[in-house]
Formats: sequence, C-alpha cells, structure tokens
Amino acid sequence: MTNGAADEVDCALHHLAREDAGRVVALLTRRFGDLDLADDSVQDALIEATQVWRVKGTPSNPAAWLHQVARRKAIDRLRRDDVRRRRIAANAPDLAEPSTDVRAPSLIEDGGFDPGDERLRLLLLCCHPALELDAQVALTLRLVSGLKTEEIASAFLVPTPTLAQRISRAKRKIRSANIPMSLPTSLDDRLGAVRTVVYLMFNEGYLTRSPTAPAQSVDLCDEAVRLMRLVVRLAPEHAESHGLLALVLLTNARRDARFVDGRLVLLDDQDRSLWKYDEIVAGNASVRTAMAMMQPGPFQLQSVIASHHSNARNPAETDWSKIVELYDQLWSMTASPIVALNRAAAVAMANGPRLGLAAVDAIEGLDDYHLFHATRGELLARAGDHEAAIAALKRATEASPNESERLLLAERLARLT
Amino acid sequence: MHYMILLYSDETQVPDFAPGSPEFEAMMGEWMSFNQSLIDAGQFIEGSALAPTEAATVVTKSFGGSTAVTDGPYAETKEQLGGFYLVEASDLDAAIEIANRVPIPAGSFEIRPVGFRPSADGDPRPA
Repeated sequence: MTNGAADEVDCALHHLAREDAGRVVALLTRRFGDLDLADDSVQDALIEATQVWRVKGTPSNPAAWLHQVARRKAIDRLRRDDVRRRRIAANAPDLAEPSTDVRAPSLIEDGGFDPGDERLRLLLLCCHPALELDAQVALTLRLVSGLKTEEIASAFLVPTPTLAQRISRAKRKIRSANIPMSLPTSLDDRLGAVRTVVYLMFNEGYLTRSPTAPAQSVDLCDEAVRLMRLVVRLAPEHAESHGLLALVLLTNARRDARFVDGRLVLLDDQDRSLWKYDEIVAGNASVRTAMAMMQPGPFQLQSVIASHHSNARNPAETDWSKIVELYDQLWSMTASPIVALNRAAAVAMANGPRLGLAAVDAIEGLDDYHLFHATRGELLARAGDHEAAIAALKRATEASPNESERLLLAERLARLT
Repeated sequence: MHYMILLYSDETQVPDFAPGSPEFEAMMGEWMSFNQSLIDAGQFIEGSALAPTEAATVVTKSFGGSTAVTDGPYAETKEQLGGFYLVEASDLDAAIEIANRVPIPAGSFEIRPVGFRPSADGDPRPA
C-alpha cells in the first residue's frame, strides 16, 4: 500500500472512531439493552477495522461496516457469556438464539445514517443525574464523542486507571440500578444536566489550557463545542442549549490570543486580529437563534455578554454599561457571587474603580477565591491605593490554582513595587 | 424490577395535626391517593411509616461476637429514616418518578435497587 493510501485509511479510521462509533454504540445499546456490551463490541470492531482496512482498504460504507461487525461481535460475546445471555434473553429474546440476522438496519445501509433519537438517548443516559458528575463527563466523552480512555485521562490530567475506574463504576451503576436509555417526557431538566456536563468540560479545558502544559491530543474546549453542536442538532427547541453553544463558540474563538510567548494575556490586552472571526459569526448566529425563542436563561445572558466582548473591535468600543445591565439580569436569575464579582469588574469599567471597589467589597463568600482578590487588587491599584493593592494581589497569588495566572499576578505585583 | 425507596426527613418538621381535624384529613387524603395510584399502577409491593426515632433501638454487632444494645439512632443527623416504600418499577427513571410524588414536602428519598429478596412464594431470585 502506498503512503497516500495508508494516510487515507488512517483518516477514515479516525473519522470512524469519532463520528460513527457513538452512533453505533447508541444503536446497539438500544438493541441489546446493555451499554457495556455495546461499547465492548464497538471497540472490538474498531480494532478489527484497523487490521482489516489496512490490508483490504476502506469499505464503501464505513459506518454500515462498523455496525455490522460490532453487531456480530456483540452476538459472539453473548453466546460466549451465559450470564449476559440470560440478561439479553429478557431484553431482546430474538438475539439470544443462534438464528439471528446480522444485517444492518436499512437506515444504515441506505447511507442515511443518523439515528438522532438513539444518540440523544445515549447522551441523556451518559448525563443521567443519578451518576456522579465526573463520571457523566467521562462517559460522555468516551461513548458519545468516541474518545479513548487514555485521551480523556490525559485531557483531565488524571492517571488512565483512575479514569477507567470512573467509567466502569458508572457503567456498573447503570446496570445495577437499571438506568434506562429513554427519552423522558420532560426533556428540559435532562438537557439541563447535559449542558452542565458540556459547560464543565469547557471550563476544564479552558483552565488547563496553557502553553506549558503537555501537548494534548484532545482539546476539551473543542470537544465541548462539538458536543454542543450535536445537542442543538438533536434537540433544537431549547433556547438555553443555543445559548451555551454561543457562549462556548464566542469564548473559544479567542483562544489563540490568550497566550503570547507562553504568557497569559487578559481580554483587554489581547491582539484581536488573532480571534477566529468565523467562530464569532457562528456564535452570534446562535445568540440570535436563542433570543428568537423567547425563553430567557443564564447561558443566554452569558452568551450575550460574551458577544459584546467578541464583537468589539477594541476594548474602548466595549459597551460596559450594557454589560453591567446584563450582569444585573444574570444576578437576578442565579444570585451567584461569581456573577456579582464579574458585575463589579464591569461597574469599574463603566463608572470607575472606586464604584467597582464598592461593589466588590459588598460581595460575601468569595474569600477563598483567587479572582476575588485579583479583581480587588487590580481596582485598588487603578484607584491609586498601591499598598492595599499589593496585599490583595499577594493573597490572590497564594490562592491561585493555576500557574499561568500566578505568573500574570507576579508581573502585576512587580509593576506596583 | 424492585426498588426500595427510603424516606428521610426532619422528623421535628412533621406536622402534628389532631386526627379528625381538616388539616389531618387533607394530609391523609394526599397519602391515600398516592398509595392508591401506586396500587392502581401495579407498583405497590409494601410500605410503612416508622415510629419516630425516640422509639429506636440500635443493636451493634462486632467481629468476634460481641453485641451491644443502645438507645436511638446511632448518629445525630438532620434527617431521619421515617418510612419506606418497596415498589415495582420498570427502571430507575420510573422509580425516581414515584419518589418525586411522595407527599412529603421536604426530605431526601434514597432509591436502592433490591438485590436479593426471597418472595412470598418462596422464590429467592431477585426480581
């Protein structure tokens, strides 16, 4: 095989794992009523694809190939495993017998391969509130996004066995508590859980992303965007989902400007020509889609705030009074002290550091939060109170969990002393 | 599938309505219609309200055979086990739906799949 052909096979294998595996897991889980079996069988089939395709080339319909082979693997496993077989006999009696047909459902063979409802069911199952939140995130990346356990572990900076255990514990609970793969009547609550998972994933990626961190084969921010696009495609009638998609798009669009020469750069100092304008345009479109639905919510408000930042050509063009108003609305919905802190920073930009400081000092419950002290320190410095600013920035440095932020704080301190 | 729903709530917050009072009748009415809905749906297996924890006794058994009998629940907790339902539900979501409808205004309702339950007809397999 030539190099070009080998590359083509690798590319097809990658696409198979990332785009088709999740769909096939969803279909097989539905068919066999056994998530673990579906996952194991799809993994077996992916390994077989790696071996067979390199020799025989890529099949004409890779997704249908995967479904057919994974299904056969599942049936093989079933016949080998008596316990499983009994369980399946209850869920899908026709499959427990040797005379099973192994043809793919016509929808796959026709090439119209988009079992939307099945994928939504699988996503809701992975994000079921009865599972631990960390496990929901891991399971979603594993089964819906088609990532390898090692890839997820390295993205979260945890050892692979820890992550593998998290996933298998969640699978055990799904089985022992009989968590169903169904579409609930009130989809809204359950989609809220999905959004929490995506938001958590994005934040984790955003915070751990740094030029000094080891190169990641998987970027959690990109994964969050990808998942959120899937969520709005599968369940388009929910404004908050469009709001979260807009928020992650607009925030992620600024990624290349966040670090220069290995150093963190704050929003106002970023080189805006490095922002990804196609992503900002897509984010703006999602904001508009959400707004048109007239179901206000916190993610939508945050996305509107993000769009004010992302659409300003320079910091001076930012409409800070409007942003203060938006934070007021967000505060009335969430009563979160973090929102109050962001609002205070916007007040300082709109009305000067003294009024911003007054707003910061009115916040309770953030004494251990490094950005509370960092914001306070910055505003004190701008108000000319250098001594208090230094004390606050030192506290921020001590409390900061993040190397890039500590570096930035140290530089700020150096300029004050 | 069988699920045990353990009802925890703050027993000091349980209303103390006099039997026969309109408040008492309204409260009992809510419980009766909840129970009836479980029975009608074929989900009811068993259920009880427990006497308050002041009537509780704990038997503590240790490796080596020593046992001790002490008063009350073994830990001071904000919420106490006040009752339970044993239900037949198709899956966890169905059990959650039942737990959501329990007419206790505030509390924590723990749902546990039943692992092993010798049934009335002597069949020891879990359902």
